[in-house]
Amino acid sequence: MTPKIKLSGVRKSFGQKMVLDGVDLEIAPGQSVVVIGGSGVGKSVLLKCILGLVTPDEGSIEVDGVEVTGLRGGARSEVLRKFGMLFQSAALFDSLTVWENVAFGLIEGAGMARGPAHTKAIETLARVGLAEDVAELDPAELSGGMKKRVGLARAIATTPEILFFDEPTTGLDPIMGDVINDLIAKSVRELGATALSITHDLASARKIADRIAMLHDGRIIWQGPVADVDHSGNDHVDQFIHGRADGPIQMQVLKP
Amino acid sequence: MFVITFLATIGRTFLNFLRVSGRLAMFAGRAMDAVIRPPFYPRLILKQMASIGYYSLPVVGLTALFTGMVLALQIFLGSARFNAESAVASIVVIGITREIGPVIASLMVAGRVGAAIAAEIGTMRVTEQIDALTTLATNPFRYLVAPRLIAAVLTLPILVLIADIVGVFGAYTVGVVKLGFSPVAYIQNSLDFLQVMDVVSGLAKAAVFGFIIALMGCYHGYYSRGGAQGVGKATTNAVVSASILLLSADYVLTELFFAQ
Repeated sequence: MTPKIKLSGVRKSFGQKMVLDGVDLEIAPGQSVVVIGGSGVGKSVLLKCILGLVTPDEGSIEVDGVEVTGLRGGARSEVLRKFGMLFQSAALFDSLTVWENVAFGLIEGAGMARGPAHTKAIETLARVGLAEDVAELDPAELSGGMKKRVGLARAIATTPEILFFDEPTTGLDPIMGDVINDLIAKSVRELGATALSITHDLASARKIADRIAMLHDGRIIWQGPVADVDHSGNDHVDQFIHGRADGPIQMQVLKP
Repeated sequence: MFVITFLATIGRTFLNFLRVSGRLAMFAGRAMDAVIRPPFYPRLILKQMASIGYYSLPVVGLTALFTGMVLALQIFLGSARFNAESAVASIVVIGITREIGPVIASLMVAGRVGAAIAAEIGTMRVTEQIDALTTLATNPFRYLVAPRLIAAVLTLPILVLIADIVGVFGAYTVGVVKLGFSPVAYIQNSLDFLQVMDVVSGLAKAAVFGFIIALMGCYHGYYSRGGAQGVGKATTNAVVSASILLLSADYVLTELFFAQ
């Protein structure tokens, strides 16, 4: 079966700093993969390479068997229409109301009229647990958890084939984090979508992943089913999931 | 050693200048491509026209009024040295339509609108809103840059026309009330020597200045980095670069229109 997403030997450096050093990763259709790893290891860069926001220096990225690196114009837009993305900060457009944010992909991307797009936006907001009266608010009036929900609603409104989640629970309290995790799992299941998430929140990873991959030193150093993460046999993974300061992963910290 | 360091500094500065010039030229090229190719966003263009034009009216109007008043007074005092007071109305109207109106209005708009464009797009950049636009299959150049460029190019000439009228009115008021000119004679003197080209050249300049202001605001905002500090820097750079570029363009355009 053709993988939904396939990365082969993806490299990316910024100046002298090599961030991705030959990433290989395959995601099957309908599968939910979570990439874990410490802060600054290049998880977001990996995601941005797939989305086309960052161009890799080397390597191949395929979506549905089609090479997407270097795509431009209409071909790029066609690929992007398969995607839905929840940003770490939600990245809501602050010049638009909540419903206009949710309907943005429908109106600008799919060319839907504003009336039907409004109806669809209200329906989508309800799917993430937000009432109709939220629709007319500005993003600045929302709490962090509500912003994430609106961001999720915007990501799923166009019924994408592939969903990306960038640190979906960062900055939320544990209860709201769990609510978001449940909504992500439900949305992915209902859409039958393929999902790629990046996080350093293990609770989130366990909840939304079918498979976990760990990124370290610019490479995927371990990957396997979510059930195997506790007995991976990999020291890096063990140190990371137990949150130990001592181990093979050395954090860059100033010592007194 | 000092000589090598000095030469290296010059070399680095020159290479950086080339890098920035190239990036700006590519940005301008992408922006122009976005202006002429669909999709177009008429709602956004109208919104930007209101933001650039309507909300700039008070600052442009007041600046033009006082500049016209000062100009009339200064030219009267200067021309009195060689008994040419009767030329005040003609000189003022030519000066305002050709130069003062377009330049003063555009500098005011550069300060108000150029900064606002850079701040808005810069904030969108550092909060990942521009990335979000891209992932929603929307070209940021068509959605953000093109409407601002089109609106600025269309709106600046209207603003300058208003600045011309208000400026001439300010000069007329000073001329009649303070300097003792006859109202009819002042208007007659203004119209006798005013040519269509004086007004048209000023409006053409305004369109070019509008393009420069919007381009600089969008460019510096689009490439801003590093949070609030980066957005602040982008805002300052947008106003400074737009002001310098529009004054440079003013000279070039004046040569083009009027050099014999």
